[in-house]
Amino acid sequence: MTELIQEIRAIAGRYPETRSAILPALHLAQERNDGWLPPQALEEVGTALGVTPAYVQSVASFYDMLHLEPVGRHLVEVCTNVSCALVGAQQVVEAFQRELGVRPGETTADGQVTLKTMECAGGCGWAPVVMVDHRHREPTTPEDVPAVLQELRSG
Amino acid sequence: MGSRERVQIVLAGADEHDLTKLAEFRKAGGYKTLANARKLEPQAIVDELLASGLRGRGGAGFPMGRKASFLAKDTGKPVYLVVNADESEPGDFKDREIMFRVPHRLLEGCLITAHAIDSKHVFIYLRGEYSHEFEVLRSALDEVREAGLLGGVTVVIHRGAGAYICGEETALLESLEGKRGQPRSKPPFPAVQGLYASPTLINNVETIATVPAIVERGGDWYASLGVENSAGTRVFSLSGNVVNGGNYELELGASLYELIYRIGGGIPDGRKLKAVIPGGSSVPVLTAGEIQYPLDFDSMAEAGTMLGSGAVIVIDDRCCMVQLGLRVAQFYQHESCGKCTPCREGTRWMVQILRAIDEGRANHRDLDLLLDVCDRILGKCLCPLGDAAAMPVASYVTKFADEYRQHVDEGGCPFGGESSLDGVFAPVDQHTHAPVAEVPA
Repeated sequence: MTELIQEIRAIAGRYPETRSAILPALHLAQERNDGWLPPQALEEVGTALGVTPAYVQSVASFYDMLHLEPVGRHLVEVCTNVSCALVGAQQVVEAFQRELGVRPGETTADGQVTLKTMECAGGCGWAPVVMVDHRHREPTTPEDVPAVLQELRSG
Repeated sequence: MGSRERVQIVLAGADEHDLTKLAEFRKAGGYKTLANARKLEPQAIVDELLASGLRGRGGAGFPMGRKASFLAKDTGKPVYLVVNADESEPGDFKDREIMFRVPHRLLEGCLITAHAIDSKHVFIYLRGEYSHEFEVLRSALDEVREAGLLGGVTVVIHRGAGAYICGEETALLESLEGKRGQPRSKPPFPAVQGLYASPTLINNVETIATVPAIVERGGDWYASLGVENSAGTRVFSLSGNVVNGGNYELELGASLYELIYRIGGGIPDGRKLKAVIPGGSSVPVLTAGEIQYPLDFDSMAEAGTMLGSGAVIVIDDRCCMVQLGLRVAQFYQHESCGKCTPCREGTRWMVQILRAIDEGRANHRDLDLLLDVCDRILGKCLCPLGDAAAMPVASYVTKFADEYRQHVDEGGCPFGGESSLDGVFAPVDQHTHAPVAEVPA
């Protein structure tokens, strides 16, 4: 039994029904697999929770934070929902595009950064909001973009 | 983060103390009410909640005491308390601030409520993107556990994984049971068959964080705050084209004008107010001429909109209302779970028609078609997600009819690329990473 399977079974112990642990299990599996869920990880989650890999995939494919394809080492997500868009989110997206040379949904050639746009990140009053590796960075203006990427590259 | 105004209940003390720490929270009186509440009969607490008039802060505004009273009794099954911390309504960021500044108030509310409904199992379903809040809440929970305050109750913080629909209570339960987050048909309601088909009370973060104050000072005291049918305070999330965005706890019945101009500092850059979304992106819009209405449930209904989740989005005169409609529709299309046809297909139709209007490819019949599609979604699905797209967009088309017609007459956007929302890049389908197919004409 792999270490991941053991850890998932321990998490499942917190729930009255084992299957409830599928999201925590997928978060953990993703952390252990460079930020995405390769087929092997789906199998391990299934084995740990007593469900088929196909079932695991059906759940994983429902949620935006779970990646079924490889992603960059870092994830930069720009919120482009209404409150952020009203105060210049599009210019922030463009600044990241310029600096990284990729469009939203793409990863830099060196595999370092995946750029995405995202729906409301929940920081509307402190917009424009960017999430860097799942941390809110607010506000982030186009002028801040080079420094954000500098931090990532040195971090 | 913004300054606080007048009566503070949910965010009380957070400006003066670091209430993320158990010791500080206890110095400010925290967990005393829990100890007192545990000496009371559960029904006595529910009675205070009923007397308080506290209505749910997640959006629907259902009275909490009544919801708790509906729980099925003597089923032989465990009773569950589920906290909806899946805040994702565009414009809303109040629960996030409550969790990262006063996590113990939420936890104390959970433990008091658990006692009130005779539950030993609490689940906090936390929005997956809120990773900092997860850590704050988890360390607060560790402190509570070590201090022996749990009293035999288990509290599990369950992280979601990015799905707006999981804020809908039955979708949340599905997700918590380890499934795709698709809403259930109601009835049965969660109070009868909720989590694991057992009686379940589901309440929003802010609602639960209000419970300790009600139990401490009494339901009548709480009912004396605010206005009729809208007791107490609310944490309003203010955002958009306003000088001081942020969360502000105000008594219900405060004026929208006051929130935007006195507290929010008005509209920046010398621009003019054009419209206000008063309760999150899913509610009908108010024009600049309609901001005399107070922020309470009844007044917002009278104004033809809803208080919703208390997210006030301020829109200035640089915003094209067609592009606003498009962006809102894109959001709901992206978040539709796909279970009900009117929502799944209708939101897609809305996006395509709005895009055609924006790009000057539409005719006047398309405006009617858009309203017709909205009408065919409204009230025809298991959950309100489709309504959440149809209601606001229909209100933009109706209240800004001239602007919509102008797009058709002039063959494009009259802002000529100068709208604040011009070219805004909505996320593509996250799972396919490709644009969705066009509906055949």
